[in-house]
Amino acid sequence: MLTEFGRVLIFLIIGAAFVAIGMAFAWLLRPDRPYPSKLATYECGESPLGDTRLRFNVRFYVVALIFLIFDVEIVFLFPWATVYKSLGWFAFLEMVVFLVILLVGYAYVWRKGDLDWDKPAPLVPRYERGIGVKEARAVEEETTL
Amino acid sequence: MGLLDQRFNNSNIIITTTEDLLNWARLSSLWGMQFGLACCAIEMMATGASHYDLDRFGTFFRGTPRQSDVMIVAGTVTLKMASRVKTLYDQMSEPRYVISMGSCSNCGGPYWEHGYHVLKGVDRVIPVDVYVPGCPPRPEALMEGLLKLQEKIRKESLTKKKSA
Repeated sequence: MLTEFGRVLIFLIIGAAFVAIGMAFAWLLRPDRPYPSKLATYECGESPLGDTRLRFNVRFYVVALIFLIFDVEIVFLFPWATVYKSLGWFAFLEMVVFLVILLVGYAYVWRKGDLDWDKPAPLVPRYERGIGVKEARAVEEETTL
Repeated sequence: MGLLDQRFNNSNIIITTTEDLLNWARLSSLWGMQFGLACCAIEMMATGASHYDLDRFGTFFRGTPRQSDVMIVAGTVTLKMASRVKTLYDQMSEPRYVISMGSCSNCGGPYWEHGYHVLKGVDRVIPVDVYVPGCPPRPEALMEGLLKLQEKIRKESLTKKKSA
Protein backbone atom coordinates (compact mmCIF):
# COMPACT_ATOMS: atom_id res chain seq x y z
CA MET A 1 0.00 0.00 0.00
CA LEU A 2 2.65 2.41 1.08
CA THR A 3 5.51 2.72 -1.37
CA GLU A 4 9.09 3.39 -0.34
CA PHE A 5 8.70 7.02 -1.31
CA GLY A 6 5.48 7.17 0.68
CA ARG A 7 7.54 6.43 3.77
CA VAL A 8 9.94 9.19 2.80
CA LEU A 9 6.98 11.53 2.46
CA ILE A 10 5.72 10.60 5.93
CA PHE A 11 9.22 11.18 7.25
CA LEU A 12 9.31 14.61 5.61
CA ILE A 13 5.91 15.56 7.02
CA ILE A 14 6.85 14.45 10.53
CA GLY A 15 10.16 16.29 10.25
CA ALA A 16 8.47 19.51 9.15
CA ALA A 17 5.83 19.17 11.86
CA PHE A 18 8.50 18.58 14.49
CA VAL A 19 10.24 21.81 13.59
CA ALA A 20 6.98 23.74 13.34
CA ILE A 21 5.72 22.50 16.72
CA GLY A 22 9.06 23.30 18.33
CA MET A 23 9.05 26.81 16.92
CA ALA A 24 5.42 27.31 17.96
CA PHE A 25 6.14 26.27 21.55
CA ALA A 26 9.21 28.50 21.67
CA TRP A 27 7.08 31.36 20.40
CA LEU A 28 4.49 30.69 23.10
CA LEU A 29 6.90 30.38 25.98
CA ARG A 30 9.81 32.70 25.33
CA PRO A 31 10.02 36.19 26.74
CA ASP A 32 9.94 38.66 23.88
CA ARG A 33 11.41 41.98 24.91
CA PRO A 34 13.56 43.30 22.11
CA TYR A 35 15.47 46.55 22.35
CA PRO A 36 18.17 48.05 20.12
CA SER A 37 21.15 46.99 22.21
CA LYS A 38 19.86 43.42 22.40
CA LEU A 39 19.33 43.20 18.67
CA ALA A 40 22.71 44.70 17.86
CA THR A 41 25.23 42.60 15.97
CA TYR A 42 27.42 40.53 18.28
CA GLU A 43 31.03 41.58 17.99
CA CYS A 44 32.44 40.32 21.28
CA GLY A 45 30.96 43.20 23.23
CA GLU A 46 32.39 45.91 21.02
CA SER A 47 30.11 48.24 19.14
CA PRO A 48 29.71 46.81 15.66
CA LEU A 49 31.88 48.48 13.06
CA GLY A 50 31.61 48.51 9.30
CA ASP A 51 29.79 46.29 6.89
CA THR A 52 29.52 42.53 7.15
CA ARG A 53 30.02 42.23 3.42
CA LEU A 54 33.70 41.71 2.80
CA ARG A 55 35.71 41.39 -0.34
CA PHE A 56 37.70 38.21 -0.60
CA ASN A 57 40.89 37.96 -2.55
CA VAL A 58 40.19 36.59 -6.01
CA ARG A 59 42.93 33.99 -5.48
CA PHE A 60 40.57 32.12 -3.16
CA TYR A 61 38.41 31.51 -6.21
CA VAL A 62 41.16 29.73 -8.09
CA VAL A 63 42.08 27.65 -5.05
CA ALA A 64 38.43 26.73 -4.48
CA LEU A 65 38.05 25.73 -8.10
CA ILE A 66 41.13 23.51 -8.02
CA PHE A 67 39.95 21.97 -4.78
CA LEU A 68 36.55 21.27 -6.26
CA ILE A 69 38.03 19.49 -9.28
CA PHE A 70 40.16 17.17 -7.21
CA ASP A 71 37.38 16.69 -4.70
CA VAL A 72 35.16 15.43 -7.49
CA GLU A 73 38.01 13.21 -8.63
CA ILE A 74 38.07 11.58 -5.20
CA VAL A 75 34.30 11.20 -5.26
CA PHE A 76 34.57 9.34 -8.55
CA LEU A 77 37.45 7.22 -7.29
CA PHE A 78 35.56 5.81 -4.29
CA PRO A 79 32.73 3.98 -6.08
CA TRP A 80 35.21 2.90 -8.75
CA ALA A 81 37.48 1.39 -6.12
CA THR A 82 34.52 -0.41 -4.52
CA VAL A 83 33.49 -2.27 -7.67
CA TYR A 84 36.95 -2.40 -9.24
CA LYS A 85 37.42 -6.15 -8.92
CA SER A 86 34.30 -6.99 -10.89
CA LEU A 87 35.04 -4.46 -13.64
CA GLY A 88 38.59 -5.46 -14.57
CA TRP A 89 41.04 -3.87 -16.96
CA PHE A 90 38.58 -1.75 -18.87
CA ALA A 91 37.64 0.19 -15.74
CA PHE A 92 41.28 0.57 -14.85
CA LEU A 93 42.11 2.08 -18.23
CA GLU A 94 39.10 4.37 -18.08
CA MET A 95 40.16 5.67 -14.71
CA VAL A 96 43.73 6.15 -15.92
CA VAL A 97 42.44 8.26 -18.82
CA PHE A 98 40.33 10.28 -16.40
CA LEU A 99 43.26 10.82 -14.05
CA VAL A 100 45.57 11.78 -16.92
CA ILE A 101 43.11 14.42 -18.09
CA LEU A 102 43.00 15.86 -14.59
CA LEU A 103 46.77 15.60 -14.27
CA VAL A 104 47.18 17.68 -17.43
CA GLY A 105 45.05 20.32 -15.79
CA TYR A 106 47.09 19.99 -12.63
CA ALA A 107 50.33 20.49 -14.56
CA TYR A 108 48.85 23.51 -16.28
CA VAL A 109 47.81 25.07 -12.97
CA TRP A 110 51.21 24.33 -11.50
CA ARG A 111 53.06 25.81 -14.46
CA LYS A 112 50.87 28.88 -14.40
CA GLY A 113 51.78 29.47 -10.76
CA ASP A 114 48.26 29.30 -9.38
CA LEU A 115 49.41 26.98 -6.62
CA ASP A 116 51.82 29.61 -5.28
CA TRP A 117 50.05 31.84 -2.84
CA ASP A 118 52.78 34.48 -2.88
CA LYS A 119 53.30 36.10 -6.21
CA PRO A 120 56.37 38.31 -5.79
CA ALA A 121 56.50 39.50 -9.38
CA PRO A 122 53.09 40.64 -10.59
CA LEU A 123 52.49 40.32 -14.28
CA VAL A 124 52.37 43.87 -15.56
CA PRO A 125 50.53 44.24 -18.84
CA ARG A 126 52.87 45.49 -21.54
CA TYR A 127 51.65 48.09 -23.92
CA GLU A 128 53.22 50.31 -26.48
CA ARG A 129 53.75 53.94 -25.70
CA GLY A 130 51.24 56.18 -27.42
CA ILE A 131 53.82 58.78 -28.35
CA GLY A 132 57.62 58.71 -28.25
CA VAL A 133 59.81 60.50 -25.72
CA LYS A 134 60.78 63.16 -28.24
CA GLU A 135 57.19 64.02 -29.03
CA ALA A 136 56.29 64.09 -25.35
CA ARG A 137 59.11 66.57 -24.67
CA ALA A 138 57.89 68.71 -27.54
CA VAL A 139 54.38 68.81 -26.18
CA GLU A 140 55.78 69.67 -22.77
CA GLU A 141 57.81 72.55 -24.13
CA GLU A 142 54.88 73.86 -26.08
CA THR A 143 52.57 73.90 -23.09
CA THR A 144 55.01 75.37 -20.56
CA LEU A 145 55.53 79.10 -20.82
CA MET B 1 17.35 14.05 42.03
CA GLY B 2 15.65 15.80 39.19
CA LEU B 3 12.07 16.79 38.75
CA LEU B 4 11.01 13.45 37.26
CA ASP B 5 13.81 11.09 38.15
CA GLN B 6 12.48 8.31 40.44
CA ARG B 7 9.45 10.35 41.42
CA PHE B 8 6.90 7.84 40.17
CA ASN B 9 6.87 4.05 40.35
CA ASN B 10 4.36 2.30 38.12
CA SER B 11 2.59 4.83 35.98
CA ASN B 12 3.24 6.11 32.52
CA ILE B 13 1.40 9.32 33.17
CA ILE B 14 3.22 12.28 34.55
CA ILE B 15 1.26 15.18 35.93
CA THR B 16 3.02 18.42 36.53
CA THR B 17 2.44 22.10 36.09
CA THR B 18 3.67 23.93 33.04
CA GLU B 19 5.68 26.17 35.30
CA ASP B 20 7.49 23.30 36.96
CA LEU B 21 8.23 21.74 33.62
CA LEU B 22 9.52 25.00 32.19
CA ASN B 23 11.64 25.80 35.21
CA TRP B 24 13.01 22.29 35.24
CA ALA B 25 13.92 22.59 31.56
CA ARG B 26 15.54 25.96 32.09
CA LEU B 27 17.53 25.09 35.18
CA SER B 28 18.72 21.80 33.77
CA SER B 29 20.56 23.30 30.85
CA LEU B 30 22.12 26.53 31.97
CA TRP B 31 24.52 27.25 29.20
CA GLY B 32 27.24 29.57 30.31
CA MET B 33 28.84 32.30 28.35
CA GLN B 34 32.46 31.62 27.50
CA PHE B 35 33.76 34.76 29.02
CA GLY B 36 36.54 35.10 31.58
CA LEU B 37 38.07 38.32 32.79
CA ALA B 38 40.85 37.47 35.21
CA CYS B 39 42.23 34.74 37.48
CA CYS B 40 38.70 33.61 38.43
CA ALA B 41 38.36 32.50 34.82
CA ILE B 42 41.09 29.93 35.46
CA GLU B 43 38.95 28.46 38.24
CA MET B 44 35.94 28.63 35.96
CA MET B 45 37.83 26.69 33.28
CA ALA B 46 38.87 24.16 35.91
CA THR B 47 35.21 23.82 36.91
CA GLY B 48 34.26 23.21 33.31
CA ALA B 49 37.05 20.69 32.73
CA SER B 50 36.88 16.97 33.39
CA HIS B 51 37.86 16.96 37.06
CA TYR B 52 34.91 19.04 38.28
CA ASP B 53 32.81 18.51 35.16
CA LEU B 54 30.25 21.31 35.10
CA ASP B 55 28.46 19.41 32.36
CA ARG B 56 26.88 17.26 35.09
CA PHE B 57 24.64 20.21 35.89
CA GLY B 58 23.86 20.88 32.26
CA THR B 59 26.24 23.78 32.06
CA PHE B 60 28.69 24.08 29.29
CA PHE B 61 30.10 27.14 27.69
CA ARG B 62 28.98 28.73 24.46
CA GLY B 63 30.91 31.20 22.39
CA THR B 64 28.06 33.60 21.78
CA PRO B 65 25.63 35.42 24.07
CA ARG B 66 22.74 34.44 21.81
CA GLN B 67 23.02 30.82 22.91
CA SER B 68 23.87 31.44 26.55
CA ASP B 69 21.56 31.49 29.56
CA VAL B 70 23.96 32.39 32.31
CA MET B 71 26.80 34.85 32.30
CA ILE B 72 29.48 34.02 34.83
CA VAL B 73 31.35 37.26 35.42
CA ALA B 74 34.65 35.68 36.39
CA GLY B 75 37.15 38.28 37.40
CA THR B 76 38.01 41.92 37.75
CA VAL B 77 35.65 44.16 35.83
CA THR B 78 37.67 47.17 34.77
CA LEU B 79 35.86 50.35 33.85
CA LYS B 80 36.79 49.79 30.21
CA MET B 81 35.33 46.31 30.34
CA ALA B 82 32.17 47.40 32.18
CA SER B 83 30.50 48.80 29.08
CA ARG B 84 31.39 45.63 27.18
CA VAL B 85 29.95 43.47 29.95
CA LYS B 86 26.76 45.50 29.75
CA THR B 87 26.63 45.08 25.96
CA LEU B 88 27.20 41.34 26.24
CA TYR B 89 24.48 41.03 28.86
CA ASP B 90 22.13 42.99 26.63
CA GLN B 91 22.85 40.67 23.73
CA MET B 92 21.99 37.52 25.66
CA SER B 93 18.61 36.03 24.93
CA GLU B 94 16.10 35.90 27.75
CA PRO B 95 15.66 34.34 30.26
CA ARG B 96 19.18 35.26 31.26
CA TYR B 97 21.00 35.04 34.55
CA VAL B 98 24.20 36.41 35.97
CA ILE B 99 26.57 34.82 38.45
CA SER B 100 29.09 37.20 39.87
CA MET B 101 32.18 35.13 40.62
CA GLY B 102 34.83 36.29 43.03
CA SER B 103 35.43 39.35 45.16
CA CYS B 104 36.40 41.60 42.26
CA SER B 105 33.12 41.32 40.43
CA ASN B 106 31.18 41.18 43.71
CA CYS B 107 32.46 44.45 45.09
CA GLY B 108 35.77 45.42 43.52
CA GLY B 109 37.78 43.01 45.66
CA PRO B 110 41.32 44.15 46.45
CA TYR B 111 40.72 47.21 44.31
CA TRP B 112 37.72 48.40 46.28
CA GLU B 113 39.44 51.49 47.67
CA HIS B 114 42.38 52.50 45.52
CA GLY B 115 41.60 50.79 42.26
CA TYR B 116 41.04 53.80 40.04
CA HIS B 117 40.26 51.58 37.06
CA VAL B 118 38.02 48.91 38.59
CA LEU B 119 34.26 48.81 38.73
CA LYS B 120 33.17 48.39 42.34
CA GLY B 121 30.92 45.45 41.73
CA VAL B 122 29.46 44.25 38.47
CA ASP B 123 25.95 44.78 39.90
CA ARG B 124 26.43 48.46 39.10
CA VAL B 125 26.00 47.70 35.40
CA ILE B 126 24.01 44.45 35.22
CA PRO B 127 21.55 42.68 37.57
CA VAL B 128 23.25 39.85 39.43
CA ASP B 129 21.39 36.71 40.55
CA VAL B 130 24.02 34.91 42.58
CA TYR B 131 27.22 36.16 44.19
CA VAL B 132 30.00 33.65 44.70
CA PRO B 133 32.51 34.82 47.30
CA GLY B 134 36.18 33.99 47.18
CA CYS B 135 39.40 35.29 45.74
CA PRO B 136 39.25 33.30 43.58
CA PRO B 137 36.43 30.93 44.58
CA ARG B 138 37.24 27.25 44.38
CA PRO B 139 35.40 25.23 41.69
CA GLU B 140 33.18 23.80 44.44
CA ALA B 141 32.09 27.32 45.31
CA LEU B 142 31.20 28.09 41.71
CA MET B 143 29.21 24.87 41.50
CA GLU B 144 27.41 25.87 44.70
CA GLY B 145 26.61 29.18 43.03
CA LEU B 146 25.16 27.38 40.05
CA LEU B 147 23.06 25.18 42.30
CA LYS B 148 21.80 28.27 44.11
CA LEU B 149 20.85 29.74 40.75
CA GLN B 150 19.03 26.53 39.91
CA GLU B 151 17.10 26.82 43.17
CA LYS B 152 16.21 30.36 42.25
CA ILE B 153 15.00 29.34 38.81
CA ARG B 154 12.96 26.52 40.31
CA LYS B 155 10.88 29.13 42.15
CA GLU B 156 10.32 31.25 39.04
CA SER B 157 6.88 31.83 37.64
CA LEU B 158 5.41 32.56 34.25
CA THR B 159 2.88 34.97 35.67
CA LYS B 160 5.05 36.86 38.12
CA LYS B 161 7.66 39.25 36.87
CA LYS B 162 11.28 38.31 37.24
CA SER B 163 12.82 40.26 40.09
CA ALA B 164 16.07 41.17 38.36
